[in-house]
Amino acid sequence: MNIFRRKRPQGERIETQWSMALRRFRKDKMAMTGVVIFLFILLVAVVQTTVNPSGWNTLSNDYYQAPSSHHIFGTTSAGLDLFSACLKGALQDLIVALVVSSMSMILGTIVGAIAGYFGGMLDAVLMRLVDLLLVVPLLTILIVMSNLFQNSSNSPLFIALLIGFLSWTGLSRLVRAEFLALRERPFVEASIALGASSWRVITRHLIPNAIGTIMVNTTLTVSGAILLESTLSFLGLGIVPPAVSLGMLVQEGQGAATTSPWEFLFPAGLLLIIVLCIFAIGDGMQAAFDPRNARRKK
Amino acid sequence: MVKSGGRKPPAFYFAVRKSSPVCYLDRVLKYIFRRLVSSLLVLWVATIGVFVMVAYSGDPLFDLKMNPTTSPKTILVREHQLFLDRPLPWRYWHWIDNLFHGNLGLDMSNVAVRPQLFIHMVVTLRMVVLAFVLAVVIAVSLGVLAALRRGGFTDRGITFTTFFFLATPVFVTGLFLKFYVAIPLYRYFGHQIFATTGAASPLASGSFFHRIPDYVAHLTLPTVTLILAVFSSWTIYQRSSILETMNLDHVMLARSKGIKPRRVLMRHILRNALIPVTTVLALDFAGLLGGAVVTETVYSWNGLGRWFLEGASKQDLNITLAYLLFTAVLVIMFNLLADIAYGFLDPRIRYR
Repeated sequence: MNIFRRKRPQGERIETQWSMALRRFRKDKMAMTGVVIFLFILLVAVVQTTVNPSGWNTLSNDYYQAPSSHHIFGTTSAGLDLFSACLKGALQDLIVALVVSSMSMILGTIVGAIAGYFGGMLDAVLMRLVDLLLVVPLLTILIVMSNLFQNSSNSPLFIALLIGFLSWTGLSRLVRAEFLALRERPFVEASIALGASSWRVITRHLIPNAIGTIMVNTTLTVSGAILLESTLSFLGLGIVPPAVSLGMLVQEGQGAATTSPWEFLFPAGLLLIIVLCIFAIGDGMQAAFDPRNARRKK
Repeated sequence: MVKSGGRKPPAFYFAVRKSSPVCYLDRVLKYIFRRLVSSLLVLWVATIGVFVMVAYSGDPLFDLKMNPTTSPKTILVREHQLFLDRPLPWRYWHWIDNLFHGNLGLDMSNVAVRPQLFIHMVVTLRMVVLAFVLAVVIAVSLGVLAALRRGGFTDRGITFTTFFFLATPVFVTGLFLKFYVAIPLYRYFGHQIFATTGAASPLASGSFFHRIPDYVAHLTLPTVTLILAVFSSWTIYQRSSILETMNLDHVMLARSKGIKPRRVLMRHILRNALIPVTTVLALDFAGLLGGAVVTETVYSWNGLGRWFLEGASKQDLNITLAYLLFTAVLVIMFNLLADIAYGFLDPRIRYR
């Protein structure tokens, strides 16, 4: 982030917000474990899908194989290699989560910034809009919406856009609260007094100071998005065949959970591990950016 | 759902000190009234949004029209019955008009929606309320325990467990309990300990008291699933709330006066630490309904969630609207209750 680069005297070490957070984050064992496991899964998934790009939708003659060296996660009753399918599904989930969290980050920051900085009528209108979206639980709206559009298009990207379009409300409230507090601070008043435009104040002073909140919330949105998407897919409303996702694999594997447990356990376990990793990362970031208000107090 | 940070105090914060109880009550009532009005406005706009969304979506008569044996006249009659031949504002007005008469309309099979809503609600609330109460007890005790043993083995164990369950999707917990607890138990004992389908045995007869064991067998696993879905975030919240309160001056004073640790905990720490937790609990009650949708699907309960899922998949306008109205009213009610409870529990807060 270039915003933080300032000219400074040679040899003098200044600890920026980022380096301080990074230092704290590196010391956090739980978060670092999360990072390592997450990167490992990501690496394996990328390698697997590039080496064997059609493995996840090719049916072989090995039906109902228990996990072995040939099929690491076993196969389904239709002869689908679960290892490829799970990793492809995990990648799909992560792509969805990436789209959701970036949408939520952008929308949430913009709405929160406008509401918090300008205040007045604009604030009231935007916050009522947020209230409107919060009045009905997110899962319920998503069920209605994905049912509505099921016939026309139910591509993973569409589901991602749908979730992303509805999940920025939490961040916008946080950003607004942060901006309300920051706006009163002397350095912001000073820069307004010096004639800085609203745009400059927001992008140069307010957003950099709220970046911790934004980053942490975005990371937590990733895990939230994966959970939501997999729940929708489990209900048969999210990602549907021919695409593949972990929630869908769990749903398909549940019927065989007692006879061939790998069909259920591997997708569910992978889903759990991924969400757990992202959770640990988000929590570690929260502790690193804002040690005083971290949820997990040491 | 993921929560971040503590809950900000509501807008009526730190007003002038109350002058008399009457004045105070007056202020509270005014506050409640204002909140109700704005909530109703939000609710009204929400119904318009949902109505337009559902009405402009697919065609509820799609299957009927695709059936070659259906005569055009039948389709016309159905369209007339479902008011599909009327303009949208008229249909909305009709719905609102019926709503004020306590009538939620008919579903696609011409059955009244309101009695259905109540039947399914009773089934769902049985599970949700039980899970809520038990989860609160568990979360508060675990939170206190973790905070007292801060940094120790117990604390780390509880923290890890809460994180684990926070990351587990509801359907995974539910399916796991169903397939790896209920079914092995059944195989081991030769008869059903925990039932995995439905809210009660379809053939059960006898009085309510005779059917209690049957209810318990059906209720246990779904309730445990819901508890595991919600207790973790509350535990984390309770723990940090206790940790914050523990360092306050009045607690130190109580300790230095020589009050027994147990009494300090119960009277000085817990009472204060529970205040912010109460609001979080109240707000999450509505969120439990979302978890109930999934739990009901896993355990094939014929509750609100499944009713709504089926209605939504048939694009049944009245069922969808009834369910959304129900959840929205619950959310608004609990939001309001949370804010009011906040004021009653913490006398420093004044309504403006």
